[in-house]
Amino acid sequence: MSLNSHMNVLDFTLLSLLRRKFKNLGIVLVFTFIVFITGSILFLSYSFKREALLILKGSPELIVQRMSAGRQELIPVGRAKEISAIPGVSGVEPRYWGYYYDPLVKANYTILASSGSLSAGNRLLQGRLPAPEEKGVAAVGRGVAKARFIDMGSTISLVSAAGDAMDFDVVGIFESESELLTADLIVLGRPDVIRLFRMPPDMATDLAVTVRNETEAPVIAGKIRSRFPDTRPILRKEIIRTYDAVFGWRSGLILTLFAGALVAFIILAWDKATGLSAEEKKEIGILKAIGWETSDIIEMKFWEGLVISLSSFLLGIILAYVHVYFFGASVFAPALKGWSVIYPDFRLAPFIDPYQIAMLMALTVIPYIASTIIPSWKAAITDPDEVVRG
Amino acid sequence: MRKSLVFGLFVLGCFLFLAALGATSHVRVSHFLAVSHDLGDITATLKLTDISFSDDARYTRNPSQADIFSAFQDYPGSIEHFPSGSVTPPPDFTSLGAAMKVRGQ
Repeated sequence: MSLNSHMNVLDFTLLSLLRRKFKNLGIVLVFTFIVFITGSILFLSYSFKREALLILKGSPELIVQRMSAGRQELIPVGRAKEISAIPGVSGVEPRYWGYYYDPLVKANYTILASSGSLSAGNRLLQGRLPAPEEKGVAAVGRGVAKARFIDMGSTISLVSAAGDAMDFDVVGIFESESELLTADLIVLGRPDVIRLFRMPPDMATDLAVTVRNETEAPVIAGKIRSRFPDTRPILRKEIIRTYDAVFGWRSGLILTLFAGALVAFIILAWDKATGLSAEEKKEIGILKAIGWETSDIIEMKFWEGLVISLSSFLLGIILAYVHVYFFGASVFAPALKGWSVIYPDFRLAPFIDPYQIAMLMALTVIPYIASTIIPSWKAAITDPDEVVRG
Repeated sequence: MRKSLVFGLFVLGCFLFLAALGATSHVRVSHFLAVSHDLGDITATLKLTDISFSDDARYTRNPSQADIFSAFQDYPGSIEHFPSGSVTPPPDFTSLGAAMKVRGQ
């Protein structure tokens, strides 16, 4: 068959689809919606995962928490000395951090003690971080600044665990590009964190352990556990694995959002695969009666499936891209945000995994074409007279 | 114009649009990779372990640091942080070995 004859069959198919435009438009809309939802989830989860991996590459290799009655407790700072004596450990630094509920804006902040200053060329902090031992100053995340209407030089007031009001001069505000990491952060000097949370002397929230060779980290974690059985070491690999699980295929995110779309698609494919309408059967019978071959009819149905599924796939994937990377996944935002008051205004970097797109195409376009062709082939091999009479 | 040609142009237009989106992706990813150096600096200096994703509960704000018992226990009457609680479940630390065993079961 020449190209022209293929185009003739395609012309006929398109005219036939236009004759039942409302039904076909409905299918295209549902199909586009399914690809849009699935594509959005794939884009969102993959980009989150890649960003999280890149951002958290610099997090501590090992965190040691103390557990008491199954819950996390403050850890004695003195243990740092014993842990640093373990071969392979190059440094142990106590971390002082916790959560602070602000009844004014009904938001939770993460309060963290400063442990140094950022590199000189860092563009993501306007101003500076408080020095580790500095008192009365703070650097805040963009989300906190927005919630409390704070600018550089303003004062932020927090109430300590003892009930005293503590005022801090804002000397730094994180730029909005770092919101996914810093939106709810308030960085204070160590003495202020200890006073704010009324932490007992010589106690820290947890210990950050630096190791000389990261491959040895699990062995060191094992040694720490046997030396201090009430501790829970958390490896950086586990932190990264947590994000892999949160944004992975088997995650709650996928299950929550994907299940509805999957069921809708199965219903659609089932409806198509279980048979043709009487009108479609009659059309096939008439075409056979006027001399169309079975192969022509299968080609027509192939084009029909391809026109609907490819158009829907392309539209769905374009809409998903625009939704996730230009509108910050606004459809999913309520589910991701939950009850958070401070929510990062993130613009995800469009990391695209071509394999996932190819898989999505293979899982939507090909089954749809197959479910269109198979019932038509059954009708096409039946005697035209029998098909037309029903 | 032939209908098949219109369809062909539509498909071509979509592919061209996707190619344009691919080009913008490349530019935005390059920008992010440049910024990620500074983000990594913040993470390393402040020793951060988690991204600020949902701050309504400990196990959604710091999933890698929260304990498996933290659900229901953020404050009295807090039954569950739905829907973010279903998106970000409490972490699984079983790989570190059991810390507590219930005898006689």
